[in-house]
Amino acid sequence: MSDAVTMLRRNVKHTLRNPGALIMTVGLPVVLLLLFVGVFGGALNTGLGATPHGGGYIDYLVAGILLMTVGYGATTTAMAVNRDMTEGIISRFRTMAISRASVLTGHVVGSTVRTLVSAGLVIGVAILLGFRPTGDPVRWLATIGLLALLTLALTWLGVAVGLAARTAEGISPFTLIVQVLPFLSSAFVSPDSMSGVVRWFAAHEPFTPIIDTLRGLMLGTSVDDSGVIAVVWCVGLAVTGYLWARALFRRDPIR
Amino acid sequence: MTNAPSRSAIAVTGLRKSFGDKVVLDGIDLDVREGTTFSLLGPNGAGKTTAVQILSTLIGFDGGQARVAGHDVSREPDAVRAAIGVTGQFSAVDNLLTGEENLVLMADLHHLGRADGRRRAAELLDRFDLAESATKLASTYSGGMRRRLDLAMTLVGDPSVIFLDEPTTGLDPRSRRTMWQIIRELVAGGVTIFLTTQYLEEADELADRIAVLDQGKLVAVGTAEELKRSIPGGHVRLRFGDAARLGAAAAALGDVSRDDETLTLQVPSDGGVLALRALLDRLERAAIEVDELSVHTPDLDDVFFALTGHPTDAKEVVR
Repeated sequence: MSDAVTMLRRNVKHTLRNPGALIMTVGLPVVLLLLFVGVFGGALNTGLGATPHGGGYIDYLVAGILLMTVGYGATTTAMAVNRDMTEGIISRFRTMAISRASVLTGHVVGSTVRTLVSAGLVIGVAILLGFRPTGDPVRWLATIGLLALLTLALTWLGVAVGLAARTAEGISPFTLIVQVLPFLSSAFVSPDSMSGVVRWFAAHEPFTPIIDTLRGLMLGTSVDDSGVIAVVWCVGLAVTGYLWARALFRRDPIR
Repeated sequence: MTNAPSRSAIAVTGLRKSFGDKVVLDGIDLDVREGTTFSLLGPNGAGKTTAVQILSTLIGFDGGQARVAGHDVSREPDAVRAAIGVTGQFSAVDNLLTGEENLVLMADLHHLGRADGRRRAAELLDRFDLAESATKLASTYSGGMRRRLDLAMTLVGDPSVIFLDEPTTGLDPRSRRTMWQIIRELVAGGVTIFLTTQYLEEADELADRIAVLDQGKLVAVGTAEELKRSIPGGHVRLRFGDAARLGAAAAALGDVSRDDETLTLQVPSDGGVLALRALLDRLERAAIEVDELSVHTPDLDDVFFALTGHPTDAKEVVR
């Protein structure tokens, strides 16, 4: 346990020393927020008709932007884990009498905290831009809980990808998936407005129920069964990422 | 250094390891006594790093037995890990931390406690001449400084067996001398050193015993002296002004190889001062003037050629 705390401290130091990563995980979502609200917002507002609770497009948008924030955070983690692997420091840790899990636990806990801070900052900027969420504290707790679960899921996947990739370039497919999937979901427009295969895909991919649930929780509208589907997806992805990462970490580090 | 009969720090019998169908270690036997320096010598791809990775619990092996610091490597890896320190070929330092933070990180992982950990870090920074750069990021360090930091990190936990995998590869001559000095001090302090190197000179400088690894097999084990004696590569080269002197010298010295075109003789020799003096005395007594004299000591190529029948560069293995 104390080894995991040491590793966590190491990761916090890395984050503070490398503010670029934090700026990216907050900055990119904020840029997207500004872009979609300022540039496309008017047109999309017309297209969507009124949002369920009658607010502006930004109310619709924030849930998807939060998901992307979590995605960027996971990408950062994948890069950090990969750097540890390629720089050889993980080999050093492996030859020491320390808990093997502590290396990965440190990354996951550090990343989760960092991502939740980023998400908080993004929500703050959104409120400044006119986002008007509900004031219900129970729904906020549920929102934070789902965000944390989603972060855990994507971070474990990121850790596994970071371990699996031979070089930093090997991470880009993961980055691409995490950045493109939101566009093919209910993040920016309702899947109902899409056509054919894209519509079917957007309705069934994991990010759509997660975004719908986050949106419903924050705006105080009904969540329906997307809440259960969202939690099942998150737990499933988290377990997959965890098992994959564990298997990779136990493997002989010979390439 | 203690001369009392000591126990084995590393004992290996019949160690085998393959990657796919490529056999990397093909039945290795090693015995390293406590408090001595043992050097595994061989070219790139000979299996040196694989041997270190197995003995330091980093990877598994396919057959044989290995004990390090009294513990079975495959059955009690954590006990082995608690006793060893490893400094690999590529410095495993955390680039985003300062030198001091890297050492404190190691101290924390060894559960030294805050005050003790800082004291140990400061002590090692001093000893390895890194105190001035203690608060700079490791990414700004030079190659020699990184190796020293790497080794300092290895020493935080007071290991009794230290694995050094090509500790001076890629270092400039001065940094190499510094590393050698540090390694000698460690041995004087009683630790056991397992060193891999491509340089015969390095093994010669540091090791009590040397094993030569070639294509996964040990082709020779012994002291540096024993190995060099078994190698015919050492000789003194003499160049003369004209064919008459060359002929006279060849007659006076006897067992030599003669090259009439370049007017040179090659005299087998270990290149030591006594041997040189004796050689020059003989030439002086015969009143033969020598234009030029050069000493050739055996190098790794000679060792390999002598022991395996092929030079080192012919066996670079593509992984």
